[in-house]
Amino acid sequence: MTNHWRDIKNADLILINGANPAEAHPVGFQWFMRAKLDRGAKIVHADPRFTRTSAVADLYLRMRTGTDVAYFGGLINNVLQNNLFADTYVRNYTNASFIVKQGFAFNDGLFSGYNAAKRTYDISTWSYETDSSGYARRDMTLQDPHSVFQLMKTHYSRYTPEMVSSITGIPVADFNKVADLVGQMGKPDKVMTIVYAVGLTHHTTGSQLIRSGAILQLLLGNMGRPGGGMNAERGHANIQGNTDHAISWDILPGYLKVPAPGQKNIADYVAQSAAKKSDPHSWNFFGTNYGKFMTSLLKAWFGDAATKDSGFAFNFLPKPASNSSWMSIFDQALKGSMQGLILSGMTAASIGPDNNQVRQALSNLKWLVIMDALPTTSSEFWHAPGVDASQIKTEVFMVPTTHWIEKEGSFTNSGRWAQWKDRVLPPQGQARDDQWILADIFQRVKKLYQSQGGKFPDPVLSVTLNYQDPSKPTLDEIAKEINGKDLASGKQMTSFANLKDDGTTTAGDWIYTGSYPDTGNLMKRRQGVQDPKTNDATGMGFYPNWAWSWPLNRRVLYNRASADLDGNPWDPLRPGIKWDGAKWGGDVPDYPATMNPHDPNAYLPFIMNGEGVGRMFSNGLIDGPLPEHYEPIESPVQNPLHPNNSASPVAFLYDQAAGRPNRFGTVTDFPYIATSYRLTEHEHYITQYVPHLVQLQPKPFVEIPYELASEKGIKSGDHVRVSSKRGKIEVQAMVTKRLGPMTVAGQKVYQIGIPIHWGYVGLAADSDPSHGRYWMANALTPFVGDANARTPEFKAFLVNLEKI
Amino acid sequence: MKVGAAGTGGLVASGLGFDVAYAESTKVKLNLRIAGAKESHSICPYCAVGCSLVAYTRQNSDGTVQLLQIEGDPDSPINEGRLCPKGATAMQLAVSPHRVESPQYRPAGSTTWQSISWDSMLDKIANNIKASRDATFVTTDASGNTVNRTEGIAFAGGAAFSSEEGYLAAKLMRGLGLVFLEQQARV
Repeated sequence: MTNHWRDIKNADLILINGANPAEAHPVGFQWFMRAKLDRGAKIVHADPRFTRTSAVADLYLRMRTGTDVAYFGGLINNVLQNNLFADTYVRNYTNASFIVKQGFAFNDGLFSGYNAAKRTYDISTWSYETDSSGYARRDMTLQDPHSVFQLMKTHYSRYTPEMVSSITGIPVADFNKVADLVGQMGKPDKVMTIVYAVGLTHHTTGSQLIRSGAILQLLLGNMGRPGGGMNAERGHANIQGNTDHAISWDILPGYLKVPAPGQKNIADYVAQSAAKKSDPHSWNFFGTNYGKFMTSLLKAWFGDAATKDSGFAFNFLPKPASNSSWMSIFDQALKGSMQGLILSGMTAASIGPDNNQVRQALSNLKWLVIMDALPTTSSEFWHAPGVDASQIKTEVFMVPTTHWIEKEGSFTNSGRWAQWKDRVLPPQGQARDDQWILADIFQRVKKLYQSQGGKFPDPVLSVTLNYQDPSKPTLDEIAKEINGKDLASGKQMTSFANLKDDGTTTAGDWIYTGSYPDTGNLMKRRQGVQDPKTNDATGMGFYPNWAWSWPLNRRVLYNRASADLDGNPWDPLRPGIKWDGAKWGGDVPDYPATMNPHDPNAYLPFIMNGEGVGRMFSNGLIDGPLPEHYEPIESPVQNPLHPNNSASPVAFLYDQAAGRPNRFGTVTDFPYIATSYRLTEHEHYITQYVPHLVQLQPKPFVEIPYELASEKGIKSGDHVRVSSKRGKIEVQAMVTKRLGPMTVAGQKVYQIGIPIHWGYVGLAADSDPSHGRYWMANALTPFVGDANARTPEFKAFLVNLEKI
Repeated sequence: MKVGAAGTGGLVASGLGFDVAYAESTKVKLNLRIAGAKESHSICPYCAVGCSLVAYTRQNSDGTVQLLQIEGDPDSPINEGRLCPKGATAMQLAVSPHRVESPQYRPAGSTTWQSISWDSMLDKIANNIKASRDATFVTTDASGNTVNRTEGIAFAGGAAFSSEEGYLAAKLMRGLGLVFLEQQARV
């Protein structure tokens, strides 16, 4: 989230897309209801399914899954055509005025630079015209035909209400009602928030779906403001913390890019990774300090081996050959080039996509390590129903770990608040802490290299384990390491602004620097609603002494943009930060604390970007500098905008690239759209061992629209088979009016809904004669994902439906 | 007791005249199963809202620790004491007869699990990691670039880790040269 949960109470309008917070994040949803009940905020819910979120929304729009680019595109078009944007903000705080290179073009669904054979873009034309100093040319009148503003106006002019309706299935009159509401949100005394979840990310166009919302928010001047922003709900307790700390192939802690082949040293790395200033008034804080953050990380990781002479051990960091994300792991296993997999609190066999193929991939491994507190579909995949265990040659280890309640440490929530928890219980049985297991295994591997030698042992021998017991680190010790210290004084760092690139400072994750100064662990702070007057002095819900949020305890990101050019809040009743003539006050400012906004050399507001302003046009993504609607890979219709280029032209087709057949179905064989989702009573798969929750939602089912069920003679409770080109499930039917027929591109289409929570492990499976053999929703999902993030397409695919 | 008292104290301070109710509730509380219990703080293990929990435990005479109750923390600016059905049943996740309580090993082609000692299991895993690392390690790619990567081992998971565990996992796995590193952010 750019903002945080409690902040949603500050909004006037709440757009919810690809999410169902009333059911998936019910306690967070109280802040949506506070906005509605206390300040009369309106809630708009656009979703394939009418849910409890829709039930309390002011407007519910039944929308075809995966078409949010068109929905946001229509809203953007309305704002642009009718001059409803926040004029001062757009001119001064966004790149609307930047001039794009001659040669940039968009025709028939393709941006300039497309290579059909490689299915990739050459993005050289997706950048700015520059002056002799190398800065981007700007036209503050926004009239230049090649300004971002004018290019957007042209690009979005195709997203008329009629076109939006044709793509999304939302009736024109309903769409216009939303457009009217959203169109009011560019006024200074109004603010809108957009809240989303995996209904936006889990698509071949996922990154662009989110960018669409962000562009709308920039146009309306809602980024950086309390009650505004782009807010991802996120579905796991510490998905945020471990994204920050980079258990992710493409980043190192603190969102530093993973080094690439060809980069020989930190200088090469920074030159290719860090943003460059494209405006003289841009601070470009991240880009400018990239090398300091990287050097401090290397110093934390490789200690005495990271010296100036060794180039701070930059060569110890592995450089991946190509994308190494989730689907790539199993693609490599299918090719026979992956030998071992360690899974921690995550079950590959269920989580998908295409889990029949994933099970084959697991069978191809030499060894599999499961670190978990409970059995999972991955620990048991070798004797799943229908599998001959004797034929599975994978060696499997079940490593019993402690539960969250048996260990301390912090969880960072989706609002970036890092909250420390206590060790409440001792370990059950022989379970051990994950950090002990990881450190112990690492120590044993290190000893093997010491005694036997082997391939390039240097990094293995050099990784720091500066803990009282290197095989049993405490989480308190690691929290201090993440924060970092000044090696000369031995003091904990208090701000990443003081990190250096000469090897005299460490920071395991620079965005957490300041969380654990010498005065103590700030993530433990507990000054909450027991005393709102003292603990929430601004009344904005920041609660600065409750836990700690990154960066630097800032509660709303980009908050310089919450104030106008003079430093006054756009809405004095909802201040983010304010200039008092000498300093900025309110939230922790995202700006130098004493920089006078009237100083002719004052920095532009978005200090982390090379541009210094919010990017509406961007070359940061590989599938387009502006979002465009593409059909899901499996769709019942051709793209009404450009049928010749219907689906994403750059989505990576794993099977095709590996020489395996593409297993995508067509509307002839698989006439219905399916989407997968979650229920209140379960969290992925782990709750299958919680008796009360299994009682509340005992068995798998599919939601089928009443009209389709009538056509098929299906009643609630009937056993049905849902099949895709890849697999099938056999579960009960739940006939509902929450889903219904839609008209899309002139055709009638149906969507059916599939909750994901069941499989062959857990209390429900144990009590079922088939042992949950055909219960996995991800047996159906396609092995394809977002062109940029490679996030799988879990949310839009084609199926057939039969009564059994 | 500290947290409960603080929460109720807020009501008293607001002048709603709950003093009597407060006194009564304190009396009732003395007879509750959490009477005399140790109070600790945790965070809900499910979604990323980050609801604070108060957990009550008691040490039994045999030295074992019993979990008596988990409830929403009224002081939290995020949940203000509220929990959803998952958070409210967190006790059944915390203590479960289905927990894997000792290391288990399933050799290639075996049709059953075998019990194994921690020491043997960790040695076997360490040997596997070293063998796969040595077999698939690439020091220089086809273009002559130093890449120092382990191509044949992947690590995935982490959304259930404390941040500090996740950080250590990322550091150690990169230290082993892994490039296939993933967690639930994409799936």
